[in-house]
Amino acid sequence: MESWLPIFVVAPLGMAFFNLIITKFVRHVSPYLTLSVVIFLLGLSLFFLGHEPFFYAVGGWQPPLGITLVWDSLSQLLILIVSIITLAVTLFAIPYMQQYTAQNKFYSLYLLMIAGMNGVILTGDFFNLFVFMEIASIASYALVAFGVEAEELEASFKYLILGGVSSTIILLGIALLYAATGTLNMADISATIQQGVSKNVLFFTFALFLMGFGLKSALVPFHAWLPDAHPSAPAPISAMLSGLIIKALGIYSVARIFFIIFGIVPIIKTILMVLGALSMVIGVFLAVGQWDFKRLLAYHSISQMGYVMVGIGLATPLGILGGLFHLLNHAVFKSLLFLCSGAFEYTTGTRQLKQLGGLIRKMPWTGSSCSIAALSISGVPPFNGFWSKFIIIVALFQSQNYLLAIITVFVSFMTLISFVKVQKYSLFGVLPKKLQDIKEVPVLMVSGMVILALLCIGLGVLFPVYGVSILESARNLMLEPARYLQYAMP
Amino acid sequence: MEGMTFIVKTITKLLIGAIFLFAIYITFYGHLTPGGGFAGGIMLACGFILLTLAFGKKMSLGKLSDFWASLIDNLGAITFWSIGMLGYLSGYFFMNFIEKSNPFGLFSSGTILISNIAICLKVGSSIFAVFLALTIFGRFISDLIASEDED
Amino acid sequence: MLIYFLNSILFVLGLYCLIAKKHLVKKIIGMTIMDYAINLFIILLGYKKDGIPPILLPDMDINTFLQQSVDPIPQALVLTSIVIGLSTLALMVAISLRLYEKYKTFDMSEIRRLHG
Repeated sequence: MESWLPIFVVAPLGMAFFNLIITKFVRHVSPYLTLSVVIFLLGLSLFFLGHEPFFYAVGGWQPPLGITLVWDSLSQLLILIVSIITLAVTLFAIPYMQQYTAQNKFYSLYLLMIAGMNGVILTGDFFNLFVFMEIASIASYALVAFGVEAEELEASFKYLILGGVSSTIILLGIALLYAATGTLNMADISATIQQGVSKNVLFFTFALFLMGFGLKSALVPFHAWLPDAHPSAPAPISAMLSGLIIKALGIYSVARIFFIIFGIVPIIKTILMVLGALSMVIGVFLAVGQWDFKRLLAYHSISQMGYVMVGIGLATPLGILGGLFHLLNHAVFKSLLFLCSGAFEYTTGTRQLKQLGGLIRKMPWTGSSCSIAALSISGVPPFNGFWSKFIIIVALFQSQNYLLAIITVFVSFMTLISFVKVQKYSLFGVLPKKLQDIKEVPVLMVSGMVILALLCIGLGVLFPVYGVSILESARNLMLEPARYLQYAMP
Repeated sequence: MEGMTFIVKTITKLLIGAIFLFAIYITFYGHLTPGGGFAGGIMLACGFILLTLAFGKKMSLGKLSDFWASLIDNLGAITFWSIGMLGYLSGYFFMNFIEKSNPFGLFSSGTILISNIAICLKVGSSIFAVFLALTIFGRFISDLIASEDED
Repeated sequence: MLIYFLNSILFVLGLYCLIAKKHLVKKIIGMTIMDYAINLFIILLGYKKDGIPPILLPDMDINTFLQQSVDPIPQALVLTSIVIGLSTLALMVAISLRLYEKYKTFDMSEIRRLHG
């Protein structure tokens, strides 16, 4: 069963190209091919759930010479998130993408993006990480520009330039690391660093990686591309970008590299927490004044990523647990919110909050899902967002970061205000005359949103009781990086 | 008259066979000498681009239309993927499952030769498709010419 | 050491071109220069004066081989990174052409419909 691991990357990658061939002869099959791959991947990830950590040597070349894929508790958490969110988003995308032309290309890029993300999560080799990151990023640049309207192209170009700079910087970091250690295998690098590597090189690499992955995860001084790129994409892609890409390419890579491979040092902790706090505050202040629904959500993504960074940067057991839990929760509710914004745009043709109103009476399913997600993100008990924010705040109080804890509570309050505004202007209030004859969106779109809404409730009510073991094992790995060496190398 | 002058056309006619032959050589001996699938593919694409520049789009699209360029592109990718999958069936993903022999022979390196050919097809046709997409099918060029006429 | 210094100047030139120039195509050129500076850096990591190809033949002594042969890994890495750079470049050019179609200009300071 361990030999099934590369299928996570291989299946979407192969289907992406197969799809383009088959749709030249048989039209309109690509949504169903994509759906089948996504369902298969979800099944595979459930099948692997709880499996002991191990490594897979690609091509039969044993590490540290060959490329490895590593399955452990942190990648297990991320793979699970990716599989579930992708299923919901794919269900949503099938009716939604009917408005666009060249659907087969959309689905191929989408599958390439999934393959890239799964590769980033599973790989145990630095250069391989870079390659998969570029696969996912290039697919997402193209998908942001998929509508080929003026704004979308502009956003995509900005995203491309900043993403390209971040990739170049990460490549420079990898090259320096290779020069210093003479290997690219993550576990081998970790072992070499423990034996002693020049401090100057190591700290320069830290700075490069922090800048590169900070750009990918849109922490505040590097956030300029996100509020343009995320709203401009088609709604399913917005959900993927905000829900998964910035986590898999940004936060996960930071967690993997700084915690597990390098071993956390105090200065990195401080930098991560400061950047996280800045993102939290600035993101939410920029979000409050927005009237474009998707743009508002994009700013909230920056703010919520700040929560995750603060939680992880705290590096106490409770803090990391809260950070990882918030990562999971944010993936669920932010994708749901983006899907809801897409559903509103699908029926009403606008995403300006001032032109909407009273939609919950006409679109009960979408409206109630949107309401659940809004309550989750603003931290109302018993939904999932409450628990993770609560854990982070308790962890901050425990480690006596009172100022940061107060800021966190304040940001949570501002988020609540912002989403009360969203609910008042879109879901409740007076239905404008123009929108009297709108109908509920197609059933597949509804099913995608309802799955995520149920997850919001389920994670909130049941997860604190039953599901903590997955998060705890991921946290234990991040706290004791020495374990990684035991199973990632022969 | 479509394309460039008589001199360019004649030189292109003389050179094009050699360019393609060299591209194929570079691809096939990629595991022995510098080069490989990517370099050979780029040369193949450059040959087609030279044809397009010298003779105009009608002639080169007759040799390799955009439909076929895109199809061969994907077929090359699928072939490369299948080599990986065949290796998977015999143990590990991307396992070199063909028997290897002494160095410096053409068939000495197992799957690398087939992989190089697949990469050559993929790269050559996709670079040509990119060229087509950026120039012939874009409205940009005609717009630019139109705006220059106005000036 | 001088060669690494020159290499870093190339990188900084690319970065400067990317940040300071407003013309889209110049930005793309700056990006490409930056990319190639990194590629050159990686190649320099594996460079050895009068090195031999890293193929171990049966009649070679392993120790002299290790001293003389160049490091093959940086070359493999650079090939991959060139391919990635090429695909990014193609995408950038395609998007900038489409941008020209929509805005009728290559000046980035006039392409700002998104703000806030």
